[in-house]
This record gives sequence, structure tokens and C-alpha cells, in this order.
Amino acid sequence: MPDTETVEHDVLVIGAGGAGLRAAIEAAAAGVTVGVVCKSLLGKAHTVMAEGGVAAALGNVDDRDSWRVHFADTMRGGQYLNNWRMAEIHAKEAPARVLELEAWGAVFDRTPDGRILQRNFGGHRYPRLAHVGDRTGLEMIRTLQDHAVHLGIDVHMEVTVITLLTDGNRVCGAFAYDRERGRFRLFRAKAVVLATGGVGRAFSVTSNSWEYTADGQMLAYNAGAELQDMEFVQFHPTGMVWPPSVRGLLVTEAVRGEGGVLRNNEGRRFMFDDIPENYRSQTADTEEEGWRYVQGDKSARRPPELLTRDHVARCIVHEVRAGRGSPHGGVYLDIAWIKEKLPNAAEHIRKKLPSMYHQFKQLADIDITSEPMEIGPTTHYMMGGIRVDGDTQMTAVPGLFAAGECAAGLHGANRLGGNSLSDLLVFGKRAGEHAATFAKAHAAGRIDAGAVDHAARSALVAFEHGGGGEGPYHVQHDLQTMMQDLVGIVRHEDEMRQALARLDDLKRRAAGVGISGNREYNPGWHTAMDLRNLIAVSEAITRAALERRESRGGHFRDDYPDKDPVFAGFNVVLAKGEDGTMRLTRVPIPPLPAELEQVIEEQKS
Amino acid sequence: MSTATFRIWRGERGDGRFEDYPTTVSEGMVVLDAVHQIQSDQANDLACRWNCKAGKCGSCSAEINGKPRLMCMTRLNELDLERPVTIEPMRAFPHVRDLVTDVSWNFRVKQKIQKFTPTAPHAADGTWRMQQRDIDRVQEFRKCIECFLCQDVCHVLRDHQLHDEFVGPRFLVHIAALEMHPLDTADRTAELREAHGVGYCNITKCCTTVCPESIAITDNAIIPLKERVVDRYYDPLKALVRLVRGGTKGESRAT
Repeated sequence: MPDTETVEHDVLVIGAGGAGLRAAIEAAAAGVTVGVVCKSLLGKAHTVMAEGGVAAALGNVDDRDSWRVHFADTMRGGQYLNNWRMAEIHAKEAPARVLELEAWGAVFDRTPDGRILQRNFGGHRYPRLAHVGDRTGLEMIRTLQDHAVHLGIDVHMEVTVITLLTDGNRVCGAFAYDRERGRFRLFRAKAVVLATGGVGRAFSVTSNSWEYTADGQMLAYNAGAELQDMEFVQFHPTGMVWPPSVRGLLVTEAVRGEGGVLRNNEGRRFMFDDIPENYRSQTADTEEEGWRYVQGDKSARRPPELLTRDHVARCIVHEVRAGRGSPHGGVYLDIAWIKEKLPNAAEHIRKKLPSMYHQFKQLADIDITSEPMEIGPTTHYMMGGIRVDGDTQMTAVPGLFAAGECAAGLHGANRLGGNSLSDLLVFGKRAGEHAATFAKAHAAGRIDAGAVDHAARSALVAFEHGGGGEGPYHVQHDLQTMMQDLVGIVRHEDEMRQALARLDDLKRRAAGVGISGNREYNPGWHTAMDLRNLIAVSEAITRAALERRESRGGHFRDDYPDKDPVFAGFNVVLAKGEDGTMRLTRVPIPPLPAELEQVIEEQKS
Repeated sequence: MSTATFRIWRGERGDGRFEDYPTTVSEGMVVLDAVHQIQSDQANDLACRWNCKAGKCGSCSAEINGKPRLMCMTRLNELDLERPVTIEPMRAFPHVRDLVTDVSWNFRVKQKIQKFTPTAPHAADGTWRMQQRDIDRVQEFRKCIECFLCQDVCHVLRDHQLHDEFVGPRFLVHIAALEMHPLDTADRTAELREAHGVGYCNITKCCTTVCPESIAITDNAIIPLKERVVDRYYDPLKALVRLVRGGTKGESRAT
């Protein structure tokens, strides 16, 4: 292609959130040349939105905590579909990864004796989340960014990858376009790390920004890697519901960690009404015990508002459907009530939850220190993703690695809050390290000029249709509404069959969209390009959800409302078949080693 | 539902004009919602940056009715919708297209600032101890979302275009966060005076006014940094000591 710039790196990292930056730092430290590609400006990736904290068993607030408890909590939260090796590594390595951030300048909130403070969060047995008020993600991404810029890493901002390039079965580069000029850029790389985050833009109510269009998942899939657990989408229980323009915006779980309670329109704390059997022994019997827990009383058990996200989200939907919801179709989340318990409650709330205070005050005219918030579930996180080796994070494609949200395994059927930020650090580092090792051991691959040419031509098709084709935003909107309605938080066989048919239609519409204007910073074009991955990932989610005929974790089926032991034994895995269609298999989960089995048993009490 | 007109700057690389877009507005909308609606229905190729839509990422900076603000945090009900709402790109940076500007200078500036350099760990397990009261100020500075609105409004950059001599309020806040970090051991005072040009700031506090994170940029960051420079280089007593001891200008260190 005449207007293509070629760039060469030993390791190419795609994505510059926590996982991508941590991978880049590690690869650079290993002495290879590193390039980072990101769709937005540096420091704007979704990690910046993470609020509550990063989970690591430091034991600073409760010394009963250890990697064993964290491991068991993660497995229980994931309903044992997790890649247990990843859960083990994660629990063991998270503390070192958090402390390392401090050495790079992060400033976490402190305990009275000057160590990193940790807070309670859903599904974590002890206070475990290192945090900075409710802006932990900002602290993390800025620390990584400021550390990385001094390591000689090349950052390609506002660049979107269209396809990975392979030589034989190994990866050898990527083909991309830059948003500003609309020019193509060819990356040659010995190893590639995918760290592109989630898929939230496939749904209409989401906490995710425009970037989360399943790029990494579909780049990997098209290059020959496998996807797993795609049926497990996390609907976070607390998103804003009003005003309409902020619907879906995240309300951190830290509100509940600091004592916030959920009530229906009758004022009842409905979370006490439905406590799952496997959490009963860990859950408070009374409101009074729940309050003592959030105040740090070690003899108390956690309030039911801090049960896992999948369960809390479903309880909220249940209340709303039973007619006990709030005026705008949610329920009430109340932190203001703690003024009954604390003398300086308003100040305490503003100190502990500054950005929530700010967000509600400015966007909804609600003062959370004096009145309850209205909240409801929002599409938040993808547990499923690219299937990787638990130790190295390498996919089925040699030289191709994945870390963070776009990879699968750690979280199983449901992710615990706070385990995402630690996931980014632990597996970002590992992916960077192993990608560097791979790059050192292999020469550059051969670029297939035909594949590059094909990708470039298909990227420009929408311009040929011009203003006469359908607008890309309308197709995107219809896709999001359809997925929300038919493959959302409560699923049913008939609706998902309908969704597959609708996806065929949307594929046709996406192929016909037209773009006016030129290639320079043209968001219409960018949106048109994103549609392919969004539609493909929607199909993957739907097919996997149809296959799992039970309810578990983030996946709830109206027609199969219970857990089924048969489905506890495997992950649903998708790969691209020879004929280009999605091939689905059930891949058995390898048995737990006796040592880890024992850890789970000892934590069951 | 009612209609309002948005007068948006369209064009490429400085060559542009305002265009009017009428669109329906509803309760609770922010300026970014209106821009998205216009983008979706009337101008698919309208260029703007955005990410979080919650005032946390600092991507959607623009000048709304002439004031530097985040589009996602500007509610329509605080604007006069009887008249067209003007939306322009940040004027202190080179124009790219429509509402997008080239802010890459900011990223280059940060690379030139001495990085965080911690003291040896305080405990045998390699960890540090810090008291919350000692980090409150640093945490205030670290709230910065890098929206660059303070850079946009600063007359040293906007009007005098001294980008080569002055790092601007954003990076003075960044330096203050490093300098006041209880664990940091680096000394940035000489650079502050020379390369970073802290003396150019004449404390008009425009940066503080536009900061969406309400960081007291001038009072808490810039003035203390100016004091450090003054203390080292312009203290008459210290100058006298230097004269007597024959120390070189700029190299006297408090011991």
C-alpha cells in the first residue's frame, strides 16, 4: 500500500490500560524494543474508570488474610469454572505487584500505622482492596504511564488495529490505521500482546466507553486463537439509571463497602431475603451485624449487599420486576443513612467517595450525603475472552499473548470486584515477560503482502458507499438494543435464537454502511470499522450462552434457572472453523491439584 | 422535549467555521450528549474525543460558550439555550479537526520531568510507611485527569505561545506532586527555575478556576514551588553566605 508507514518492534502491545502498560514495562525491562498501540490518548483507557480498589492479600487491615483465602474467594466467586492455575498465581503475586506500584510513585490511602489501607468488597472475606478514595484506577494508570514514559517505549496514540498478521501459524505483526490522518500503519513484531479490554459496547446500558468493541478478542479469534467463557458477561449491580444520558454509568461497589445499603420502594433491605447457600455461613444475620462488619469488627460477617455482583444484580432485577423498584426503574442505594451511626457522616462520605459525590451532584443533582441514589444493573465486564496458558498468557497462536480483560480464565463465571486491577498487574507483567522471551528466541516473521492489501481494501469499503449507505451509528444502536433485550441479564432459548437471526441481518447492514467525509479523524468511519468486531463478539456471546443450559455466575437463564452439575465440568470454547463459521466445543476443566483442593476445603467454613 | 442550537466549530487544521446544528434536548443532558446526537443523526464525521463520560478521563475538553470545560460534565440546564451554544476546540493547541486538537506537546513535556525516585524502603520487607496527613496534599495533585484545560486557559501558553520555555500548570502540579511526595529524593528546583519556567506564572489563577477536579493549582502547587525557587536562589541572606563562601550561583544546597 502506498500510504502505509511501516514500524518495527520486538514486542508490540495492543492496548494501553493497566495490562498493556504493565506488559510494556516488563518487556522493556527485559531489554527488547517495545511499541504500544492505543485507540485513545495515553492514560484514557478504561482502567482510569476503576474506582474501588485493587485486590491483594497484603493483610494490612486484617492479618488473617493470605493468598489462600484470596484464592478460595476467587474460585468461589467464579463458581469453580476458573482456570485454577491463574487464580493461584493471581492470589500469590498480587501483593508484590501492588507494592511495586508504590515503588513507582503510587500514593495509596494509609492505615494508622502508615501502611497501605485496604477496604471491604463483595465476595472478599477480609478487607483486601488497596485504594485511593474511589479513584484507584486513575492512580494506577497514571503510575504505570509515568513509569513507562521513561523506559524508551514507543507509544502510538490514537491508532486502531484492523488485523493481526501471521506467518504460518505464528503472529508476525499487525495492520492498523491512525485516527488523526486516516493512514495505514504496518507493525512488524516478533511477539504481540493483546490487552484491549472488554466488549461493553455490544450492549445499550453499559459503563464502558466507545473503545470497548471486542478488538482483542476478535483479532485473536481471526488469527486462530480460541475464545472461552463468552457467555459470562458481568452486569454490575449498581449503575446510574437517571438522568437518561448517564444511564449505565458506574457507581462503585465501594459505596456498599463503606456501609451503603440497598432498599426497594418499600424501604426494605431486600438483600437479606435471598442469600445463596454457599455464602450463608459468611453473611450477616442482622443489619446490626452487617454494620459492625463494615466498621471493621472482626467477629462480624459481611452484609448481604456485599455478596457477589452476579447475585446482587439479579436480586435488583427481581425487585424491579416485582414492582418494588424506584421511579426510574432501579432500586435505592443509600449511603446517607450512616449519619445515624457516625457523627461526621457527610464529611466521611465526601472523603471516602469523592468522585461518587461529585458524579451524582453534578450529573443528577443528588447529594449522596443526604439522599439515596437510584441505581440498576449495567454491562460492566467480560469474564470470558481469549483462552491463554495460565503461566505464560500465550494463546494457541505462537507469539500471541493476551492479558487483562480480553483474556479469559481468572474469573470463571463471575469476577469479584477488585480482582480486575490485580489481574491487569499480575498477568500484564507475565505476558510482557513471556512475550519478550519469545521475541528473543525468534526471528521476525514474513509479512504476507496479500493479507495486508486485503485488509486495507476492506477497511475503505464504507467510503465507496458514501453518504448513500446507512449510517454506522444506527446499526450500532440497533445492535446494542437487540443484545440488551435478547442476550442481557436474563436469557431465554427463544430470545437467543431470535438474536442469532437478527445478527445475520445486522451483518448485512454493517456491510452496507456508508461514510461521508474523508479519512482524517472521521468517527463515522471508526464506528463503521468497529461494527465487525461488535457483531462477531455478539454472536460468540449468544452461541456460548445457548450452549450453557443452566444458570451460573453472570449467566442467568430463565428457562434453566438452576445450576446443573453437568455444566460445572467444562468451559465453552469457540474457534474459527475452516469454513469461517464459529466452531463450539466443551473443553473439560482439568482437576484441581490436591494441594489447591485442600485450600478450598479449609476455607469453606 | 425542546430544541436547542449548537454552534460547533467545523474544519481542519485551523481552517474552519461555525456551523449550526439544531437538535432535541431532554432532561439531564450534558453537552457531550448533544454532540453525540448530532454526530449520530446529522454529521457522522464530526470529530471529537471522549471516553468515560463521567469526568474521570479528561478526554472531552473543549471551549463551551468561550469557557474551557469538559463536555461530559457540562449540563445543558446551566446554559442559556435561548441562544446557540458555541462549542470550539481548545485554542491553545494546534488544531486537527473539528473539536480535536493536537495535545502531543503535553506528553513530550512530561517525559522531560525527572521521574519519581524513592528513598530506601523503611521496613525489612521492602515496604514504606507514610502517614495519611503527609500525603493528603500529594493526593490532591494526583486527582489530575490530564484534561489540559489549565494549559488551554493559561495566557503564557495560549497568548504568548511560550511552550518551549514554560511547562504550564498541569506539569507544575505534576512536579509539585513529586516534590512533595514523602518518599521522593530527587531535586527539581534548578529545572523548575530554568527549563520548566515557573517564573513565567504570574498567579492569575485562571488554571485553578477551570480545573474540573477543583485542584487548588496556584495556591497549593505553583506558589509553593515558586517559594522553593526563591528560597534557593533569591534569599538575600543565603546570597550573602554564597558571596562570602564563594559558592556558585544556583548551587547552594540547604543542608
